[in-house]
Amino acid sequence: MSFMIRFIVAAVVAGTPLLFGTLGEIMNERVGHLNLGVEGMMSLGAVAGFMVGYRTDNFALALIAAFAAGALGALIYAIVTVTFMANHTVAGLTLTIFGIGLTNVIGFHYLGMSESGTLKLPEHITQQMRAVHITGLSDVPVIGPLLFQYNPFVYVGIVIAVLLALFYNFTKAGLNVRAIGENPQAADAAGVHVLAWKYVNIVIGGGICGIGGAFTIMITNGGVWISDCVGGLGWIAVALVIFATWKPVNAIWGSFVFGAMRILKYYVNKEIIHIPDAFYDMLPFLVTAVILVLVSARQVRDKAQPAACGTNYFREDR
Amino acid sequence: MGKNEYAIECRGITKRFGSKVLANDEVDLQLKYGEILALLGENGSGKTTLMNMLSGIYRPDAGEILVNGTEVFINSPVDSMRLGIGMIHQHFKLVDVFSAMDNIAIGTKGKREAPAKMREKINFISERFGLQIDPDKKIYDMSVSEKQTVEIMKVLYRGSDILILDEPTAVLTPQETERLFAILRKMRAEGKAIIIITHKLNEVMSISDRVAVLRKGKSVATVETAMTDELKLTELMVGHSVDLSIRRPETEKKEGVLRVEGLSVMGSDGTRALDDVSFTLRGGEILGVAGVAGSGQKELCETITGLLPYESGSIKLEEMELKGKSPFEILNLGVSISFVPEDRLGMGLVGSMGITDNMLLRTYYKTPGYFIDRKPAKAMADKLIDKLQILTPGTETPVRLLSGGNVQKVLLGREIEAAPKVLITAYAVRGLDINSSYAIYDLLNEQKEKGVAVLNVGEDLDVLLGLCDRIMVLCHGKVTGIVDAKTTTKEQLGLMMTGAMRDHRTETEAAHV
Repeated sequence: MSFMIRFIVAAVVAGTPLLFGTLGEIMNERVGHLNLGVEGMMSLGAVAGFMVGYRTDNFALALIAAFAAGALGALIYAIVTVTFMANHTVAGLTLTIFGIGLTNVIGFHYLGMSESGTLKLPEHITQQMRAVHITGLSDVPVIGPLLFQYNPFVYVGIVIAVLLALFYNFTKAGLNVRAIGENPQAADAAGVHVLAWKYVNIVIGGGICGIGGAFTIMITNGGVWISDCVGGLGWIAVALVIFATWKPVNAIWGSFVFGAMRILKYYVNKEIIHIPDAFYDMLPFLVTAVILVLVSARQVRDKAQPAACGTNYFREDR
Repeated sequence: MGKNEYAIECRGITKRFGSKVLANDEVDLQLKYGEILALLGENGSGKTTLMNMLSGIYRPDAGEILVNGTEVFINSPVDSMRLGIGMIHQHFKLVDVFSAMDNIAIGTKGKREAPAKMREKINFISERFGLQIDPDKKIYDMSVSEKQTVEIMKVLYRGSDILILDEPTAVLTPQETERLFAILRKMRAEGKAIIIITHKLNEVMSISDRVAVLRKGKSVATVETAMTDELKLTELMVGHSVDLSIRRPETEKKEGVLRVEGLSVMGSDGTRALDDVSFTLRGGEILGVAGVAGSGQKELCETITGLLPYESGSIKLEEMELKGKSPFEILNLGVSISFVPEDRLGMGLVGSMGITDNMLLRTYYKTPGYFIDRKPAKAMADKLIDKLQILTPGTETPVRLLSGGNVQKVLLGREIEAAPKVLITAYAVRGLDINSSYAIYDLLNEQKEKGVAVLNVGEDLDVLLGLCDRIMVLCHGKVTGIVDAKTTTKEQLGLMMTGAMRDHRTETEAAHV
C-alpha cells in the first residue's frame, strides 16, 4: 500500500513539468500556432528561474523570472510567426535550439565563476519548495500523502489547467480564442481581434512553459545546476497535447501517466524483472510515438487538432 | 435612420492590388432600404473586392463610402458590423466543430448570453424571417444550405440592416434557392437593404429590384430589373453582344464504352460514398452528373480513374475490367480525367511549375533514357497556348499565376492531347466567367464529336441541361435517375437531387435509358 502511494506521488511530481509544458503548448495550438519551441522555452525558464533564485534568494522572484523568460522566448516566436508569418515549424525548432544553447552558455558562465565548481540554490529557497503541510489534511492516512503533501508547483499547475478549461469552455473570450484556432477567417469576420489574441495566448503559454522548466532544475534536480536540465521533456509535452486532445483537464492526468513512466525504473524490482534502465528511459518517447500513430489514425472531428493549426493568418490573402 | 437616404453609397471607389492589378476603378454604387440590388459582373470584374471593402476586409485606396448619408471609414470587420453591415461570404466563415449557436456567439459584444436566452432570440428571428435552424447542431453535420442559414442568422442576430450575399446560390439546389429567395423577400419587406452577387441571370431577374453591372473594375450601368432582360444584362457585362445558347451537336453514339455496374465505395467517414451505382457511358455523348455537393461525385471520378479502391461492383472499359489496375495503367488505356477540385490546382496541375513542366507530368516516361527531353513538351505547350488562346506571359510562367479560365484550359488541353476514350471532367467551369465557360463547353463538344465518351460532373443545372445528352442524378451516393436532358426540367432534377423522387426512379430510368 505505502509502496503504491509512494509510486503515485513520485509519478505526479515527475509529471508536473510535463503538465506545465503541455498547458503552454495547448495555449499555443488553440490559437493555431504549432510551437515546437517548448523545449527551448522551458530551458529559458529553467536558467532564468535558477539564476534569479541563486542571486536573490527569493522564491517568488525566481518564479516570476522563469515565467518572464519563457514568455520572452514565446514573444520572439510570436513576432516571427504572427506578425512576419514565418513557417511555424522552422520558427519553433529555432527557438528550441536557441533556448537550449543560451541556457547552457549562461550555465557554463556561472559554473566557471563558482569556487566549488557546482551551483546550488540557497537553503532558504529549497525550504520553500518543499512539500506543503496542511495541518489536519496532510496527516490523514492515504489521502493525505496522495493529495496534500506535494510541492507548491503541483497545485499551481492543476489550478492553471482548471482555469484554462473554464476559460475555453465557459467564457465568450474562450469561445473566440477557440474560433481563432479553428478558423481565423471566421473569427475575424465575426469581429474577433485575431492577432491580439494570438499574441496573448502564445506569450502566456510560453510563460507557463518557463515555469515547467524552472521545476526541472529546482525540484527534479534538487536545486543543483546541470546542463540540459529539461532533457527532452518539451518534446514529450508537444506529444502530450495530442494525447490530451487539446483539452487542459486531460493534460493533468496525461502528464501524470507520463510521469509514472519516467520513474518506473526506480520502482520495479530488479531482482524479478530485469530490463536495462535504458528501456525505461526510452519508454515515454516510445509511447509518444505510438500515440502519434494511433491519434493520426483516429478521426473524431471534435477531438482533432484545431483546424487552422500550423497556418498563418493574413486578412487580405487572396 | 431616414429611410429616404441611401443605405450605402459608394463614390469613386478605387482599389489596387500591387502595381498592376486595378481591381476597382472609380466604382459608384447606391443601395436603398427595402430593395434587393443584384451586383453582376464577370470574374475579375471586382464585385467581391468591392464587397470586401464594405465588410472591412480591404481598405479602398481612393473614394468614399457613405452609410445612411454620412461618410464612414471601414477599417475592420468590427467597424462594418457596427454600421449594421452584415456579409454572407461565398466561402462560409464558420467553425466546423462548433454548434450553430456557438458560431453565432463568436465575436458578439457584451457578456456571454445564457444558452436559453440565445435560443429564444434565435427562434424569434427564425420565425420572423422563415429560417429553419437547429441551434445545437454541429456545423460539420450540416448541409450546405443549413450552413448558409447559420451565416444569415449570424448577421440577423447582430441586428444588421444591410446584408451582402456573395454568390449565395452557387452551391444550392433550385428548391433551396427558392427557399433562400423567400427569406430575402421577407427581409426586403421588413425594410432591410440587400446586395446579392450572382452569376446566374435567371436569378437576377427573379429576385432583384435593380441591377448594378461591373466590367473590368468599372461600374458600367445600374438598371431597373423590370426594364431589362438576360441578354441585355449579358451584353452590359461582357461589353459586346453574345449568344447565350449552348451548342449540343448531334452525334453518332457508340454503345458501351464504359460500363459501371453495382459500384459501391466506402467514404472516408465510414458511410457509403457510392451505393450500387450502375450506368453506361457511350462514345460521342456527354453524360452529365448532377447532385448536391458531396453526393458521391468526387468518389465516382476517382474510382473510375483508379485513385480510389472500391468494395464491390465492376467498371469495364470496352469489356476490359479496370479493377486492380493502377491509375497509370488506366490512364494509358485511355481514361483521362480533368478533375477540378476546390482550388483547381490541387490534383490536376502543379501550381508552381510552368505549362511545359505540367505537360511533362503526363509524358515524361515516354522519352527513352535517363534525361528529360523538354522539346516535345514545350512544343505541346506552345500548341495549346495557340489553339486554346491561353493568356500567359510564357510557357515557363507558374500556372498558379494564370486566371482560373486559363488554368482550366491548360488542364483540359493536356488531357485532350492524350487522346482519351473517356474524358471525365468535374466542375469544369466552376468559378469561370462567361467567355471562359463557353470556351470550355466548345472543347467538350469537340471531344464528343470525335466520339469520346465524356462524363461531366456539374453544378449549374441550366448548363447541364443545355450541354449534356443525358443526366445522371446522384443523391447520398445513390443514382436517383438517369434522364434525357432534352425532356427534363430543372425542377425535376432538383427533386431527384434531394432524393424526393426516389420512388419514381425505376420509371424515369425505364423511360429514358
